[in-house]
Amino acid sequence: MTNEKVLLDPTSETAPSERSLSERPENMDGLTVGLLDISKGRGDIFLNRLEEKLSDTGIKVLRFKKPTFTKPAPVDLRHEIATKCDAVIEALAD
Amino acid sequence: MFERSWTDGLPVVPPTTERVRKMLAGTSRSADEIVVSVPPNLIECSVEKIAINAVMAGCKPEFLPVVISALETICTEEFNMHGVLATTMSVGPIFVVNGPIARDIGMNSGINVLGHGNRANSTIGRAVQLVINNVGGGGPGGVDRSTLGHMGKQGFCFSENELSSPWSSLAENRGYNSSQNVITAFTGEGPRLVMDQKSRTPESLIRTLAEHLISTVSSRIVVGMDAMLVLSPEHSARFHEAGWSKERFLEEIAAIMMIDTDNIIAGSGGIEEGLPAEMKGMSLPKFRPDGLLLVQAGGPAGLFSAIIGGWLNGPPGSEPTSKEILL
Repeated sequence: MTNEKVLLDPTSETAPSERSLSERPENMDGLTVGLLDISKGRGDIFLNRLEEKLSDTGIKVLRFKKPTFTKPAPVDLRHEIATKCDAVIEALAD
Repeated sequence: MFERSWTDGLPVVPPTTERVRKMLAGTSRSADEIVVSVPPNLIECSVEKIAINAVMAGCKPEFLPVVISALETICTEEFNMHGVLATTMSVGPIFVVNGPIARDIGMNSGINVLGHGNRANSTIGRAVQLVINNVGGGGPGGVDRSTLGHMGKQGFCFSENELSSPWSSLAENRGYNSSQNVITAFTGEGPRLVMDQKSRTPESLIRTLAEHLISTVSSRIVVGMDAMLVLSPEHSARFHEAGWSKERFLEEIAAIMMIDTDNIIAGSGGIEEGLPAEMKGMSLPKFRPDGLLLVQAGGPAGLFSAIIGGWLNGPPGSEPTSKEILL
């Protein structure tokens, strides 16, 4: 029986779309940088220091925070960051 | 199939059309019904896709309703399977089955209950993990970032020995009745043995159990993480014979597990891990109310029980989640 050689596909049968990285800015002049705190312990300490350093060089900084590090960022938050910022720095882990 | 990353590293049963057709006979649901959205990629998943993975895991058709309901418990906002996968902690979904179906499909609640050797116990959890990997796209090294993992992530499912105990079952404590078929998912580590072969009174044995439960995940973590206690028949008998109710057991063990925060403040005992200094002088419970899930299971001989540490509980983490199994 040829039937025994046909296997059904256990996967979602969807191919992940290839996404290229956004183009990196050549310099930070006039850019708005988002700092994303994922609510992990001491992420704020790291981001506070980054904000100081960036602000000292005249870069506009906006702060964002995920409600919890255990779940993906809410769609609204991702949209807000994407529309308000030219670049984003995420404090990923403690 | 291994080279296509369709397996968990062990051999799988080839999912031929004939085997999948037979598997689908195990449920009243139609093959094309979408039952869950599987994390991390949130892919809508049909009964047929679950059946394919259940064949691969080695399930019998009568296990399929349990596999489907297991996925319905974890593919929810409250269980947060995405977070359970992504965490670096060594946790995975653990399933407890209550109700007549556990006996009907031959699940083990006795000797070696948390181990191998029973087809239903060994393959139901495995099928769930294959769906997460193959449909949801959540495999080790991808979204699964666990530092160490544990063997139970291969699939961890067992049933409660509810017929030989005067106490209510886990499902009854969670609002179901004993005639309902229920699956409960809990995010946990691998099990750890607790030995107490000398306690003859409930007052002594409960202190041993509490002493070990306090150490789950970290003895310096309180309230934020749950645990499961798998109480063996001989340990259970200490309480049953003394006339203790399950409610009394849970009240008394919670009272013993009140932690003096001075002993777990960062820096105390020469250990830098711990609570912030402003939390000194408090008495806090090891577990939140209902944060200790008690299951009775295991072989008839042996003065041992098992404890299973949890993960972040509540809305920021993972809630224990129960569903009635639709046949």
